[in-house]
Amino acid sequence: MTAAAAPRHWRRPPFITSLAWRWGLILGGALYLVLALASLEVNWARVSEGLARGLRFVAAFLQPDFGSRRSDIVIGFQESLTMTVTSTALGVALSIPVAVGAARNLAPAWIYLLCRGFIAVSRTLNEIIVAIFLVAMFGFGPFAGFLTLTFATIGFMAKLMAEDIEEIVPGQLEALRATGASYPQLLDFAVLSQVLPRLIGLSLYRLDINFRESAVIGIVGAGGIGATLNTAMDRYEFDTAAAVILVIIVIVMLAEYASGWLRKHVQ
Amino acid sequence: MLELRALDKRYPTGDLALKGVSLQVAAGQVLGLIGPSGAGKSTLIRCINRLVSPSAGQIMLDGQDLGRLSGQGLRLARRQIGMIFQEYALVERLTVMENLLSGRLGYTGFWASWLRRFADDDIAQAYLLLDRVGLAGLENKRADALSGGQRQRVGIARALMQSPKLLLVDEPTASLDPKTSRQIMRLILELCEERGLAAIVNIHDVVLATEFLPRIVGLRAGSVVYDGPATGLDREVLTRIYGDEDWSAITRQMQSSDAEAPHPQPAGRLEAAAA
Repeated sequence: MTAAAAPRHWRRPPFITSLAWRWGLILGGALYLVLALASLEVNWARVSEGLARGLRFVAAFLQPDFGSRRSDIVIGFQESLTMTVTSTALGVALSIPVAVGAARNLAPAWIYLLCRGFIAVSRTLNEIIVAIFLVAMFGFGPFAGFLTLTFATIGFMAKLMAEDIEEIVPGQLEALRATGASYPQLLDFAVLSQVLPRLIGLSLYRLDINFRESAVIGIVGAGGIGATLNTAMDRYEFDTAAAVILVIIVIVMLAEYASGWLRKHVQ
Repeated sequence: MLELRALDKRYPTGDLALKGVSLQVAAGQVLGLIGPSGAGKSTLIRCINRLVSPSAGQIMLDGQDLGRLSGQGLRLARRQIGMIFQEYALVERLTVMENLLSGRLGYTGFWASWLRRFADDDIAQAYLLLDRVGLAGLENKRADALSGGQRQRVGIARALMQSPKLLLVDEPTASLDPKTSRQIMRLILELCEERGLAAIVNIHDVVLATEFLPRIVGLRAGSVVYDGPATGLDREVLTRIYGDEDWSAITRQMQSSDAEAPHPQPAGRLEAAAA
């Protein structure tokens, strides 16, 4: 090819080759957006009323009341922290075998499908739905919350750990298999050693999530600080609610800081 | 000691990687396996320790057919076969000592290995081997803190920790610089001689192969097309293994390295990779 004959124009090939399809999809998307926006009904009177209520709520934050319902708040947090720690510990422990089973490079097909199925169920059911179900089964209180969070932790940890296990360096697995190591030894040396930093990082992250979730599921009766918060809101005691929320924020920030520090030291 | 009889390997994709490979390796014999990329060299050595299962044929190791084994029996057989990898395949996040001791996993129970309580003899052997491969004092370093040459030395020591009869060596030098490559090849050959080990060495570099390995097997498209002494590699044989190419530069280097033997001078000479 001579310099004169070389093309001087080049465009990246489009993702959708057909011109009709490309423009059809763009116009269709735009039309849907317009119609969807037009279907929204906004009641401006209600919005302004809500804004005023919101302002009162924000104002309460400036003078949170830790005192008048002190014992309720303390008991609520004790329950929530207990729920969080126990459910994270049990959930992480149970998630490890599920994660190994759900990793395509380690498990036979039927175990893989079984574990993936369990993970899918656990992740489809939102914590609140599970909590309502378990509260109905086991009654009000933190035990239902503990079970809910354990169930959610298994799904969350097993899914993310399984994906991590599927991405381990296959050479290390092969090398240890070649030494005549048994299956549990393979898991210890070739798999655990590679995924350990992620296992620790995710467990701490899940601890954090479980604490926040414990506040939410308390609202449907699963005990903990959520119950205290719900009661305060029902009674329009925004100052107490503000106190609860402030404590939640502080604890979440502490957990965040601690987990960041720990992750930095385990690599 | 090792005898392969009419080994076939067909991958699920339908590719026939090995076609009727037969090979005999005597105790203590070291042979080089050369051939173009995709000729089945890697598949062949992985069939021997059953990381890959052959579709047909027999793998006789001291009278035992490894092709028929599974489960516990296969694990026990694998202990006799050490393997050394191109990318070292060390467990990167573990210490050098743990990597060496992982060569003893086949001899150690799960809880002992989980708690890293290996037998005293194993630990003593690990220290001796570490010293022998030139890494004394590095036992507590993490494997990912070592250089390429050092990692391959750990890989060699791990394979020897198994007290194997046979070494399978997969492209030991392909990730190393020319000088380190020669040091590693020399080390592997010395250790095989000291311990009377048989070895099959997959290698891309024809010049390096003929310099260090007395017997060469050439593989092309899954079949053995040459099996003979390294000195028998000439233009005609290289063409049979790799196809048409101007081989004069390589054959000239092979002759000059013959002349230099037994003290090859690595400095200032480029390795000719026959790819």
